Amino acid sequence: MSKILDRLAAGEVLVSDGATGTYLQANGLEPGGCPEEFNDTHPDVVRQMAANYFAAGSDMVETNTFGGSRYMLAKYGHGERVEELNRKGAQLAREAAPDGSFVLGSIGPTGEFLVPNGTATEEDMFEVFCEQVRGLVDGDVDAFCIETMSDLGETILAVKAAKETTDLPVIATMTYDRGPRGLFTMFGVTPVGAAQQLSAAGADIVGSNCGIKIEDMLEIIAQMRSATDRPILTHVNAGIPRIEDGAILYPDTPEHMASLMPKMVESGANIIGGCCGTGPDYVRAFVQAVRLG
Amino acid sequence: MADINDIANESIRKEIEEFVERPEEKGEMIAVMARARPSMQDIGAAIIQGHHETVDKLTEAALAEGIDALEIMDDGLINGMGIVGIKFRDNFIFVPEVLACARAMKAGMKHIEPILSASGIEPVGRVIMGTVKGDLHDIGKNLCIMMLRGAGFEVFDLGVDTSADKFIDAVEEHGANVIGMSALLTTTMPNMGRTIEAFIDADLRDDVQFMVGGAPVTPEFADDMGADAYGETAVECVEVAKRLSVKK
Repeated sequence: MSKILDRLAAGEVLVSDGATGTYLQANGLEPGGCPEEFNDTHPDVVRQMAANYFAAGSDMVETNTFGGSRYMLAKYGHGERVEELNRKGAQLAREAAPDGSFVLGSIGPTGEFLVPNGTATEEDMFEVFCEQVRGLVDGDVDAFCIETMSDLGETILAVKAAKETTDLPVIATMTYDRGPRGLFTMFGVTPVGAAQQLSAAGADIVGSNCGIKIEDMLEIIAQMRSATDRPILTHVNAGIPRIEDGAILYPDTPEHMASLMPKMVESGANIIGGCCGTGPDYVRAFVQAVRLG
Repeated sequence: MADINDIANESIRKEIEEFVERPEEKGEMIAVMARARPSMQDIGAAIIQGHHETVDKLTEAALAEGIDALEIMDDGLINGMGIVGIKFRDNFIFVPEVLACARAMKAGMKHIEPILSASGIEPVGRVIMGTVKGDLHDIGKNLCIMMLRGAGFEVFDLGVDTSADKFIDAVEEHGANVIGMSALLTTTMPNMGRTIEAFIDADLRDDVQFMVGGAPVTPEFADDMGADAYGETAVECVEVAKRLSVKK
């Protein structure tokens, strides 16, 4: 069994990292630019980001490969660079990783819908995920983090692509919105449904990231815990962003989020971390809240 | 006032009873459905079920029977999409189901559109839609376009990564007076305001109305940037577009 799963099985609560996009934008990524291209053009920035999170106490960091599928990279004209940009993303995080820490290969949505909702066939989408997985493995990741998903079909293809290509652990997390009738992904998946079906599909760790504020995430995690025995990961936004004087502001402070993290663990989370709007200061507060609090 | 039992189609009656919860919407929906002839209700029911083959067949048959294309669009297709929009907004159905309904709508419109354009019938309104510059996300924008078309609008889709110049060119080319802008990324949201500024600079601001939407966009932000309206959902997008179309 892998070290990451061993530590979770031993009852440890692990702390993941914070946002990637927020950091890259603060360090030169143009609005609408291709984040993964930075793995080639700005390796120091990407490596330093990982180093900052590890220094803040992250047990694991994600690679800068969220949009690293062929479908996504092709929109920027980099469709032929999938293996290169994923490998480089993984290597940069690896170079910053202290012994005993973990590098998670980030795999985000492809941006395509499966037939009949869209034009992607299951075979094509599966191969697209396999290609990204191979690049991440070449760059030496410890596990995969399939994240921000809405469609269970797409998520399960990604899980299977990772499982059939490697022996590494697979994390799969989906993004929920609070609508008039409760918590659903854009495709209508519930936290309970996702926990059951992703566990059945072979995900070693399930969870939720992005989309909503931490108070709602507590509810999602509790619902998922009622439906699976697998470890649960959560990456939470620093609230819902708003614009003030032309600047993007995430309302939730590290202190506010950290104050709710012990409750997140009680609700069933085994790995906690941040999503949009969070940085190393948040990670530092999370570590304190669950280790020393 | 129309009663639900005035609606001949059983499946439409069930849909309204089960899924249209707001009293004023329910009354309105019963009224428009009861007014529609049974064969139009059948088209509406097939739209709601997302059966594109059925809509294709029924629309063709209705036209062959001599029913007016405009009546088929209003009483069949648009009425059906009205219920689809409400079910989507209220979490009874989600993106995959809406996409199926939109395919069904399209299957009907392919028979109707050529007839309407040949006879010079004006659409409900003309709307230009685009995701703003730097942003490649189009799922929300596309849902809005489906709902707009489902409500009888003529929509010009500029796609993603749309520069202010492209919006300006489209206004000049298509003569539309409503522009819908979408953004998913917080970092590209400010490009909505920049597009509006470009219209001011080009002395075209008074010719158009801007509606904006997208996950990170809020009513406050819409106000700040000088947009005319904000819509949170695809259903609201249609309501807003109707309001703005009347204005000009």
